[in-house]
Formats: sequence, structure tokens, C-alpha cells
Amino acid sequence: MKLKIDSQTIWLVGGVLALLAVASIIGWLLSLRVKNEAGRATVQNLNARIRAWWLMVAVFGLAMATGGIGSVVLFGLTSFLALREFITLTPTRYGDHRALFWAFFVVLPLQYYLIAIKWYGLFSIMIPVYAFLILPLRSAAAGDCEKFLERTAKIQWGLMICVYCVSYVPALLSLEIPGYGGQNGKLMFYFVLVAQISDVLQYVWGKTLGRHKIAPTVSPNKTVEGFFGGVICATLIGAELWWATPFTPWQSAGMALAITFMGFGGGLVMSAIKRDRGVKDYGNLIEGHGGVMDRIDSLCFAAPVFFHLTRYFFT
Amino acid sequence: MTKTLLVLVAKLISGANVRWVGCVPDVRQRIYFANHTSNLDAVVIWASLPSPVRALARPVAARDYWIKDPLRRHLANHVLNAVLIERKQPTAHDNPLADMLAALGDRHSLIIFPEGGRQTNGEMAPFKGGLFHLAKDRPDVELVPVLIENLNRILPKGEFLPVPLLGSVSFGAPMKLEAGEGKSPFLERAQAAVKALRQT
Repeated sequence: MKLKIDSQTIWLVGGVLALLAVASIIGWLLSLRVKNEAGRATVQNLNARIRAWWLMVAVFGLAMATGGIGSVVLFGLTSFLALREFITLTPTRYGDHRALFWAFFVVLPLQYYLIAIKWYGLFSIMIPVYAFLILPLRSAAAGDCEKFLERTAKIQWGLMICVYCVSYVPALLSLEIPGYGGQNGKLMFYFVLVAQISDVLQYVWGKTLGRHKIAPTVSPNKTVEGFFGGVICATLIGAELWWATPFTPWQSAGMALAITFMGFGGGLVMSAIKRDRGVKDYGNLIEGHGGVMDRIDSLCFAAPVFFHLTRYFFT
Repeated sequence: MTKTLLVLVAKLISGANVRWVGCVPDVRQRIYFANHTSNLDAVVIWASLPSPVRALARPVAARDYWIKDPLRRHLANHVLNAVLIERKQPTAHDNPLADMLAALGDRHSLIIFPEGGRQTNGEMAPFKGGLFHLAKDRPDVELVPVLIENLNRILPKGEFLPVPLLGSVSFGAPMKLEAGEGKSPFLERAQAAVKALRQT
């Protein structure tokens, strides 16, 4: 999987770096101005988030630079960390031990292997069909029936969200789009950029103008103002970036809207799970953001939809 | 070399989130007493200590388990610097308490599991008397409660393949044997101190 690095890629990467530089300067200025205790905590968290963004962009950039394999490995590791956080929060029993071992060390690597060899026919059904049937079989063989349906459903859910959905991001590299050969790296970059910038903009709009909570019981930080501000701005940014994609400006706006919409849904659903388990974050691996799962929740929901929309309409 | 590797592997497998809740890492003599749910426990607590503290800490472990094969023997004797005790039938020659006191010496710390064995049902078993006798004989040594969470899901009793979930190790506030405190009130207080570290 060779990825071309052309002038457009350089523009994309340069744009993101410039954006981060601006964000760092704003964060620094805010830290000078802030006076009260609550404001200081918010600004500290903001600056921690920005620092983490530098690191995440560096890792993602490195993965892109090493071509397709680097991306597959990066998202494979991301899946591993996310699944680890997810299962840690999920009450499983002794009888699930072997099934969990398979989930981590057989299903997960196999999924990413199938992505690497671009076997669409199998990577799109391996977890929803084969893992779905075989893992409960292993749990049942262990003989513990207590809360069996609940346990197996949760393991399957973890695999679907953390492995199957995340793997659709590097799967974008396997699409064969006429007239766009060798340029899929930009498509993946576009997708991750729109999904993440939508999160960031929802956060920014919410923090500055947010008054009305959109889902107070599920996610107290999400506001109506943040939602509309974020979705509209991210859609505009997506439309502006059409030159890096196989889409026209209008198509690109539509795709960006779909990504931001699904991304919002992902954040909401994963929040509901956190509330159900009584935690605030999935982990503490990424400073300021929480766990890996907290950062990629929007990617999880948007990736399969974006992949299939692109595959259906453009290949 | 083996030490660094073992620390790395233990941290990787256990995803250990180390919380110093009631005290800070210190090279002073301490007895870390913890709940026991997995064979990984001793190694993970040992690995979660900062290296100068770790160099002086000696896990107390069951001899029958750790001498089974050459690898375990090597780890116990040369890497963990473990104190191997007989848990079946203590005799005059083989008195675990005397071994532990000798191992403490004047600069080492101990990692012990006062329940005596791994628990599988999620509840802690009553503490055995060893901790009380150690506290009585060495009043100068701090007793630090330690709670290990989730390691029993990572490597349950009877399994040999670990599942890489996130575990945590919490260190509580040091305690001492009060003047005139009896054996069972002290052991109950010690157990409560471990339980109190639960996060949820």
C-alpha cells in the first residue's frame, strides 16, 4: 500500500500544524488572562488537550508517512487500547476469560490483517457474523449461565465499536476510486480531520456560547449551541477541503455533514455507556481528553458510514 | 536487565494505574499488605513501586508455587528477591514469621498478602495473624494497605493466558498497631483499610 505524498497532502498537514500553532498561542494567552479558579481549571484542561493534539497529530502523521501499513498498525493499536478500556468497564465473569482472550488476540489482529490485504468481502462480515457466532460459543462452553446474554452482548458490542468500526478508518485506503488512485491517504486524512474538528468546534462553541443543554442526562457538556455551531462549521470546513477529495464541493459538504452528524451520535452513545457504568472517562491515557475511547468515539460511528457512502457512490 | 523487562511486562499486562492515595513512595521500611486475587499480584505491586523503593521491597510468596520450575525459581530468587515461605505446615525449622522478620532486617520492606491465598469470589477473606505478629515485633515499620483491582480478571486463578485489561494498585495511609490493641480488632481494622481504597 504505497501512498503518494503530493502537494495537496502537504497543504493538509501544513494547515493542521498551523491550526495547532494558533490554538497553542490562544491557549497561552488565555492562561495569562484567566483569573478565577474555575476558569483556570478549564484553561489548564484546554492546554492539556492542545498538547495531546500535537502528539496525536505527530503519531497520525508518522503512520501516514510510513504508508498504508503504518496506518493499519496505528489503528490496530488504537483498537487494542479502546477495547481494553471498554472491557475493563464491562462486568464480565470468569467464564468469559477465554472468549476475551480470543477477542483481543485472534479477532482483533485478524480484522486488521484482512484490512491490510484489502479483503473487503471478509473484513466487512468477520466480526458481525463469525465472531458474533463463535465467541458466545466459547463462553457457553465454559458453563457459566449467569447473565449470559448480557455478558456476550457486551463483548460483541465492544468488538463492534472498538475493533470493527475503528478498522473502517484504515479501510478507506483500500477503496478504488476512479481518477483518485494512490491518493486515498488524503481521503483518510480528510475523514479524520472533519470528524475531529467537528468535536473540537462543538467543544469551542459549547464553551463560549453554550447555554442550552442538548442531552442533560447523557452528556452534560453538550449544548445546542455547540452542536449547531460545530456541525455547521465542520461542514463548511469539509466543503472547503473538497480539492483534497474525490468529491465536488457540494458532495464534500454532504459527506462532512454525514461525518459530523454520526460523530455527534457516537459521542452521545458512548457517553450514555459511561453514565450507565458510573464513570466520567474511559481511561486516562490521553492527557486532558480522558481515555482513547473518549477521543475516538466520534470516529467509531462515522467511519463505517463514510466508508460505505464513498464506496457506494464513488467506486 | 531481566528486572527492567519484568517490570515492563507487568506494567503492560496489568495496564496498572498506580495511585498513591494515603502516602508517597519512600525507601523507609514498610510492610505493604494487599488483597490477593491473582498470581500477578506480587509482581504487579513490586513493579508499581519506583525503582529505588522496589530495590528494597521483597514480596513474600508461597514456596510451593515459586519453586515449581527453573524460570519461576530464577525470578523469585534473583529478580524479585522474594521471601519464600511454607504455607502448608509451619514447623520450628520452617516458621514463616521468623523468615519474614529475618527478611525485613534493618533496611528491607515486605509485600505480603494476609488473606493467605487467592480469593475467587470477589470478597476478601479474613486476615491471618502474621500481620499482627509482624506489627508487634517491629513497631518501627510502617504498615501500608494496598488494594489491587481487576487483576483477577486479567489472570484469574487457574488460567495461564492473560487478558490485557486495565488494573489498578492503590496505596493507602500507613497504619500502626495501637497500644493495647488486640489481634482480631487490629486485623479487622487492617482489612477495612484495604477495602476503603475501593474506587467505586
